[in-house]
Amino acid sequence: MDLSVRIGSLTLKNPLVAASGCFGYGVEYADLFDLSSLGGVAVKGLFLSEREGHPAPRIVETPAGMLNAIGLQGIGVRRFVTEKLPELRTRNVTVVVNVCGTTIDEYAEVSRILSDHEGVHAIELNISCPNIKEGGIQFGCSLIGTRDVVSAVRKVTKLPIIPKLTPNVTDVAAFAIAAEDAGADAVSLVNTFLAMVIDVETRRPKISNGLGGLSGPAIRPIAVRMVHECRQAVKIPIIGMGGIMDARDVLEFMIAGATAVQVGTANFVDPLVWGKLLDGVQDYMRRHDLTRISDLVGTLDLKGKVAAAAH
Amino acid sequence: MQYTAAMPSDIAAAVISNTPLSDDYNVLALAAPAIATAAIPGQFVMVKAATGHDPLLRRPFSVFEILNDTSGAVIGFSLLNKRIGPSTSLLYDARLGDRVSCLGPLGTAFTMVNAPSEAWMVAGGVGLAPFATLASALVKRGVTTTLFYGARRAEELFYVDWFRDLGVRLILATEDGSRGERGRVIAPLEQALMARAPEQPVTLYACGPEGMLAATANVAATFKRPCQVSVERTMGCGMGGCYSCVVPMRDAQGQRHHVRSCLAGPVLDADRIFWD
Ligand SMILES: Cc1cc2nc3c(=O)[nH]c(=O)nc-3n(C[C@H](O)[C@H](O)[C@H](O)COP(=O)(O)O)c2cc1C
Repeated sequence: MDLSVRIGSLTLKNPLVAASGCFGYGVEYADLFDLSSLGGVAVKGLFLSEREGHPAPRIVETPAGMLNAIGLQGIGVRRFVTEKLPELRTRNVTVVVNVCGTTIDEYAEVSRILSDHEGVHAIELNISCPNIKEGGIQFGCSLIGTRDVVSAVRKVTKLPIIPKLTPNVTDVAAFAIAAEDAGADAVSLVNTFLAMVIDVETRRPKISNGLGGLSGPAIRPIAVRMVHECRQAVKIPIIGMGGIMDARDVLEFMIAGATAVQVGTANFVDPLVWGKLLDGVQDYMRRHDLTRISDLVGTLDLKGKVAAAAH
Repeated sequence: MQYTAAMPSDIAAAVISNTPLSDDYNVLALAAPAIATAAIPGQFVMVKAATGHDPLLRRPFSVFEILNDTSGAVIGFSLLNKRIGPSTSLLYDARLGDRVSCLGPLGTAFTMVNAPSEAWMVAGGVGLAPFATLASALVKRGVTTTLFYGARRAEELFYVDWFRDLGVRLILATEDGSRGERGRVIAPLEQALMARAPEQPVTLYACGPEGMLAATANVAATFKRPCQVSVERTMGCGMGGCYSCVVPMRDAQGQRHHVRSCLAGPVLDADRIFWD
């Protein structure tokens, strides 16, 4: 069985990638299982310099999901390449770095520094963090901004560029098109949905930032719909995510058009979820006579008769 | 402080017993020998109460007691649970044989003192949880151990006889004055520190509400006594993945940084924390 998928010039050994911000810098999980068994690891978002993020409380549970406003705490790109990347390289991890910026120049500079270092396999442009004022969402919510960030980074790197799209727009496919036109190798989606939880006793928000980003199974049907819309709009590969908890969810995203997937919140619930996802995908491939998982991508059947839902 | 690099185990632990202590508190005994054997005092376990997606996340719990069978073999551990939300309500209502997913042990443990230094533990409410294992370990090393223990009322002071039987000196306080001193546990702690000669070493260990921890840190600083606190932050993963559980702390250069309490803690040096 061939589980490998291609994202631009990069081959992932399987479609499972740890989602940014949900897997630290990867090294935190290195003693738990072999990180090189993952298709890839998207590390926590990095700016040029260190950031402390928002005060606690930073998360709150919601029905079948969670709200977070971490505020992109991070060690900055320079400390990352000296303190974390060597270990990831030794462990043969396929590293996707989630790049943040407050200006277009910062995205380009962080990407340039990363391109100079062996062991970085792709750049995911975080133009979609809803939790900080200048966390890139101003680029991710504007077609021109999206185009400009991607083109600026395109000029400084040969690494695959994967802009990460926000779902907090009316027409996400238009943003996928803007990214593709500007030279992106793939797009990833979705980042979290801007949301709010209020404590009725105190009448205050439950997290310090007030607003936060919603993730987990609660958002999955919307995320699947958005992947489906983007699949019809662009030719470049899509990395789909949002609420994946089990193998069935991985397959759902792939059928909707995702070449690979990322898994975030589920890793908090079960850091050993990866083996279970992979087993489930392989079981499906056996049952459906699939020898290559890439053959499943975008095979959504919109013409067939819709079967009555099983209860 | 010690860091254990040992791999945590993920165990679907069967409920061995569920003992209600009050309308809000219970002790839940779980069959998880691998976790119980590996855990050292101060470490925690991430517990998933629901089997489905709601509530979704695990919650951190201190290991309360290590449980042995009649032959003395370790069979599991217990949690001291206070019903405050959906997950803790499920754990309050758990039944014999139910499976509860436990990931652990995790985090940085207490650093234990040696005699002649004394150990003074300061507990508020459910903050009693890490002190059963700590007291056992300290008493075993021959350290004179005291528990300052505060709760809202007499009915919410649990395991008092258990600690006394272990040989722990007890100083109790209740907010309504129904047992021990009236008011917060900080007042008797402060008096005891005042009465103690500076050349007699004592280390403070505290766990409880944030205000109590800050007050303990404050008196520890006043009397120049080392103080380790076990903090409780909302945690997403317990493994350093999500950066939810941060505590503002001073580094060696005096700079303020957000430190993940799941990895650097839950046990942290009180004098490095910004209590703001
Ligand atoms: C605690 C937390 C932190 C996150 N941090 C980042 C981040 O640094 N960069 C980023 O692009 N996305 C970040 N995300 C978004 C996730 O990568 C992912 O897009 C989203 O959570 C949806 O997937 P999920 O439902 O599987 O978690 C974060 C999500 C969570 C829950």
